[in-house]
Amino acid sequence: MGSRVEILNDGGFRSDGRRQYELRDLTIDLSQQGVADGSAIITHGLTQVLVSVFGPREAKMRSQTMHDRANINVEVSVAAFSTGERRKRSRGDKRILEMAATIKSTFEPVVQTSLYPRSQIDVFVQVLQQDGGLLQACINGTTLALANAGIPLLDFVCAVTGGVHSTSPMLDLTLLEENDIPHVTVAVMPKTGKVTLVTMETRLHVERFEEIFRLACEAGKVIHAEIKGAVRERTGRLVAAMGSGPRAGGGDLQDDDAMDG
Amino acid sequence: MISFASFPVQPDRGDARHSPDGEEPMDLDDDDFEAGGSKITWPGESITSSQAYMRGHGTYVENEEVVASVAGTIERVNKLVTVRAIRTKYNPEVGDLVVGRITEVQPRRWKVDANSRQDAVLMLSSVNLPGGVQRRKLESDELQMRNFFEEGDLLVAEVQAFFGDGTMSLHTRSLRYGKLRNGQLVTIPPILVRRLKSHFTTLPCGIDLILGLNGYIWVSKHVKESEQEGEEGFDAEAVYSNRNDFIDDSTRIAISRVANIIRVLASHFVPLTADILLEAYEWTVENDADARSLLSEEVGDALVATVAARA
Repeated sequence: MGSRVEILNDGGFRSDGRRQYELRDLTIDLSQQGVADGSAIITHGLTQVLVSVFGPREAKMRSQTMHDRANINVEVSVAAFSTGERRKRSRGDKRILEMAATIKSTFEPVVQTSLYPRSQIDVFVQVLQQDGGLLQACINGTTLALANAGIPLLDFVCAVTGGVHSTSPMLDLTLLEENDIPHVTVAVMPKTGKVTLVTMETRLHVERFEEIFRLACEAGKVIHAEIKGAVRERTGRLVAAMGSGPRAGGGDLQDDDAMDG
Repeated sequence: MISFASFPVQPDRGDARHSPDGEEPMDLDDDDFEAGGSKITWPGESITSSQAYMRGHGTYVENEEVVASVAGTIERVNKLVTVRAIRTKYNPEVGDLVVGRITEVQPRRWKVDANSRQDAVLMLSSVNLPGGVQRRKLESDELQMRNFFEEGDLLVAEVQAFFGDGTMSLHTRSLRYGKLRNGQLVTIPPILVRRLKSHFTTLPCGIDLILGLNGYIWVSKHVKESEQEGEEGFDAEAVYSNRNDFIDDSTRIAISRVANIIRVLASHFVPLTADILLEAYEWTVENDADARSLLSEEVGDALVATVAARA
């Protein structure tokens, strides 16, 4: 091993100075991005993702409209400058398509699509920087953007990556750690504790799985507190800006610009 | 930046202002509800028991609890609890005035983008046709539908009804409705447009405003009442014309100034009314702020601060 970076040193620190169960810095920006109906920029350490949500709106692809619910369309694009090595990935890249499909299937049971028959919800994910935990950042960003767009969700979906180094479990892996140790990404809905996604690309010992899974679910609650705080702050700011807030269908305000000709 | 200590810790970082933040359903006593003004909630947050209250829009029921599904303010009418989303697409209601854009011409109907979850439908039978107040639609009308509206045209219309699947149907059977010209479109979040006595406003600076409830605002040159397409002699040529009238420079400047004021107010999430707009317009004239400088941050902030103080 010699020259290689230690994943977990004797003092119990990881390569970036975190403890085993410590998450990276999390920043959330919910401000308006262009003409999107809802958008979010989320940063987990050095991984940064911008998600824009459009819709529900008229489905542009007739073949994909469903008469009883909305179709969720997810497109992921990875910026060429997002990795250490500059590399252009086409939109047709199999790994990227797979990630888009994963995000879509994670949110299908969470978004109340049956309220919007024949419509389409477009989710555009732009990866700006990547340093491990890409899928978790994409999922957390999509949750925020959907909530910001006013699309009805059963609950926030909070995702965390967990891994295991020999026998010690770790959370929120960086790229360096992801390359070296087996890991699993878990997305939970903290209110009910339901899990909408568990995915692994590496082999993980079956006896370690339960521990990591449980830890990741716990970590999801921490992410949830952050997401909740950000949405509350943003909503509070907008409500305050609107003054006393919108009044429910006031009877004194009538709409009488109807026909008079 | 938020950093974490060792895990698991992190009690909810709720501050005192939002005390009913915890997991237990919040207290919905009458006085509490009214006095608190608008209570904020977010997806997955329990609001109250489903046995005592009925669920409305923006909520769902799980484990005998009414749970919010959108971020916004809680509203209650008697036993009905709803959550009004702070940012959402336009939710049409019959009688609403909307501004829309034609996206497609189909047999006997147009498809109109009205900032809603689906494109609206404008039937050939719901528009005023040339040559008479009421007459049967002829095959020739069907063949020359593009002479009335074609793709990309803007129009003002009223929501007439809904189809079975929730699509709205529009009509333009009034002389005030129809094709738009001589101005520009500004898009703002629909929640910022309140229901008003009249959504057609004229500002003294020679500007006509149409405040579509779907968040599409039409700012155009003022047309004098007498010059408006006459009551009796319905002039199809003028109503469906694609050509702008002559607009002088001062009107053009006023149009772009008003359009930018609307953009600035919307970016600060200030609800739009004719009064506020007028106030803001006077401020820009007093302070010599032209359309371009309005979009700079300092001028925009100053404008909003003044308007908020006066309103």
